[in-house]
Amino acid sequence: MSDVAKAVSNDRANNPIYRRRVWVNRFNMTMSMATMAFGMVFLIWILITLFSKGFAAFGPQLFTQMTPPPGSDGGLANAIFGSALMVGASVLIATPVGIMAGIYLVEVGRDNWVAKITRFVNDILLSAPSIVIGLFVYSLIVFQVRHYSGWAGAVALAIIAVPVVVRTTENMLMLVPNSLREAAVALGAPMWKVVLMVTLKAVRGGVITGILLALARVSGETAPLLFTSLNNQFWSTDMNAPMANLPVVIFQFAMSPYEDWQRLAWAGALLITLTVLLLNILARTVFRQKTQ
Amino acid sequence: MAFQVSLGDTAVAERAATKLKINNLNFFYGTFQGLRNISLEIPEKQVTAFIGPSGCGKSTLLRVLNRMYSLYPGQRAEGEVLFNGQNVLDSKYDLNALRGQVGMVFQKPTPFPMSIYDNIAFGVKLYEKLSRSDMDERVEWALKKASLWTEAKDKLNQSGLSLSGGQQQRLCIARGIAVKPEVLLLDEPTSALDPISTARIEELVSELRTDYTIVMVTHNMQQAARVSQHTAYMYLGELVEFTPTAQIFVKPKDKRTEDYITGRFG
Amino acid sequence: MDAASTRTFALQDAIFARSTQFFAMLVLVTLLAILGSLVYGAWPTITQVGPKFLVDGTWDPVRRLFGGLAPLWGTIITATIAMVIAVPVSFGIAIFLTEMCPPVLKRPLGTAVELLAAIPSIIYGMWGLFIFAPLFGEYVQPALTATVGKLPVVGTLFQGPPIGIGVLSAGIILSVMVIPFTASVMRDVFETTPAILKESAYGLGATTWEVMWNVVLPYTKTGVVGGVMLGLGRALGETMAVTFVIGNAYNISPKLFEPGNSIASSLANEFNEASDPLHLSALISLGLVLFILTFCVLAASRWMLASLAKREGKRT
Repeated sequence: MSDVAKAVSNDRANNPIYRRRVWVNRFNMTMSMATMAFGMVFLIWILITLFSKGFAAFGPQLFTQMTPPPGSDGGLANAIFGSALMVGASVLIATPVGIMAGIYLVEVGRDNWVAKITRFVNDILLSAPSIVIGLFVYSLIVFQVRHYSGWAGAVALAIIAVPVVVRTTENMLMLVPNSLREAAVALGAPMWKVVLMVTLKAVRGGVITGILLALARVSGETAPLLFTSLNNQFWSTDMNAPMANLPVVIFQFAMSPYEDWQRLAWAGALLITLTVLLLNILARTVFRQKTQ
Repeated sequence: MAFQVSLGDTAVAERAATKLKINNLNFFYGTFQGLRNISLEIPEKQVTAFIGPSGCGKSTLLRVLNRMYSLYPGQRAEGEVLFNGQNVLDSKYDLNALRGQVGMVFQKPTPFPMSIYDNIAFGVKLYEKLSRSDMDERVEWALKKASLWTEAKDKLNQSGLSLSGGQQQRLCIARGIAVKPEVLLLDEPTSALDPISTARIEELVSELRTDYTIVMVTHNMQQAARVSQHTAYMYLGELVEFTPTAQIFVKPKDKRTEDYITGRFG
Repeated sequence: MDAASTRTFALQDAIFARSTQFFAMLVLVTLLAILGSLVYGAWPTITQVGPKFLVDGTWDPVRRLFGGLAPLWGTIITATIAMVIAVPVSFGIAIFLTEMCPPVLKRPLGTAVELLAAIPSIIYGMWGLFIFAPLFGEYVQPALTATVGKLPVVGTLFQGPPIGIGVLSAGIILSVMVIPFTASVMRDVFETTPAILKESAYGLGATTWEVMWNVVLPYTKTGVVGGVMLGLGRALGETMAVTFVIGNAYNISPKLFEPGNSIASSLANEFNEASDPLHLSALISLGLVLFILTFCVLAASRWMLASLAKREGKRT
């Protein structure tokens, strides 16, 4: 028996099965590296294009001038302002809704059926096609009042932002150890005080992370704005009227045959990407600080 | 306090040849030194136990013997571990071949997410191309060796996870011996098991000693006394004492060992 | 503590619990409202066109003929192409990130992949239109037609006008967009495998590939499928990455170089111009079909990811 064992082990390194396995492993590991390189090449290519074309059209006029008619110079000021206004409004709507719903899921509902279904529905909404949400807000608001408006855009974006906030709030609250809740309850504090002043406070950083991620997510959304806020060539602060916004301007300008419009589209694309990346990095640093 | 150790074991302990020879081993987790200057000879076809308080380096030492640490960047070993005369720490020593010769069983049962049969066949197929009937035979042989055959023979196609904890651990032992290694490393193999399953594993370890060199880490001194012929007591990354088990529990040479086994330890 | 303040607390708590519940219900109601409004908007089509809508390929607003098969076909084909490319590539990237990557690079590369998943899809669309499509049409498509295009059966897929814009291009752009997303989900899922399980496979002498393929992948099977479905859900509903390069033609053809349309791209292009109520309703019907399609895919994926999380919970 042990002689057999020795024979088996001694020629293991030269055994054809073993050699084949080593080759299969080497081949597959090389493929894995190749896929990583493949993915990286495309993504770096996209970023390089974005940065070179975007910076070429970058300048202070982007922030000071309005979107131009084809053939003349201009900037994106009205679109930047419109985007900021709608994104800001949407996050202001989504934050309380998302946090309250998140609190319900962890602190109040726990495992009852409302919580279970809400959790599931929230997950669906988290990745529902954004263009469908645009359609919904179109029927809900635009079709009823018979005109496109900034508010409709903000509502559409808020519907996209809420699930992000709910999800992170829920995940963060789940991390709070029960002992902390028990300690606060043992003092005789009512539940709402425990939640708002102890548990929610303990995960403040995580909740802010969620809000930042929601902000990043809606900043780049184009599809839901197409049917809600539409676009506006002029500076407008009226949320009840169609409102210019970066994504839709980029879409229209990029699809146009005019070169100066296309250049502005790249500048806008760079602006959006930088904003989104910045918000994501900010969210990560806030989160890391808070979890350490 | 002394444990029951049969005197016959001392005689066995003295006769054995050396299977693994550890020379001046130092081990580092990044900059932290986990093992200091360990030298030790592990005798063939006997059970050697590593004991000591947690964090003393006993598991680390075990994981050096099959170079499991090399999975984790930043961990490195210096010195020599001679296995059949060759230094396994040498980067030229084939890692996969080493692990085929030195099997390992972990603190918790780790059945692979596949059937009981495939759990055992998985390792065998890494080294040998067997016909279906030869493989059946090998699976049966391994399961019998691990005294799991009677319990598992009717459900070979069921998931390994369908077994109880103790059975799963015996499955892992069967999986380890199916590839016909020379050495078996057991890293606290009973720490997640109930007393009855523990007793069965201990029995099994004593039986397997006739064919394999066994190195076992345990936090349970009674277990070391019951199943091992040699015991190494480790403390803070150093090897304090290494003697036949009968001796270490009756008259330890070192004061620190004595404190530990008499329970006077901090 | 006196009884009065205890009573006040109880009342406050009840109000608090109710108001949080209200907001949770709001999330729930939103989904139902989306479904309801889509069905309401689609009603004229449902009654006037009927189930034929799903199998009829004629879309002619002038003659008021609306069959949704072409965009439905385009949606499914582009998503399929995207997943055929994205799944193996993401799998490779996830293996690289979990098992092979030098530790110094592990974090930066992992973060890079996650950040790339956050880039707005319109960027992918623009890049596809301005950079990818011209090169693809000029160099890759003619080469494909000349080689694999000559094969029987499969060859048909690689035929059509080499203009760079079309269903295949849309599928490829979509895959580039989905890869970072699927890869990071897969990596997260792989990392749930207990180290000790991987160690026992390595302990038998298994190679990295064998550990990944025979142990980690079966262990995380449901999670991986869930992650892939999540990516599929994204690919099906994506608007911007597709609209730029798909060509916007109501066209059902096995030739992947030809232009086509997806549900999302039809909506993006036509919705604001549609004035005929039936036309609007047909477009909303497309939205409804898309919603139901993604709902099923996402529900399946969530269910799978949840069952993985549950099992993980049991183990630890």
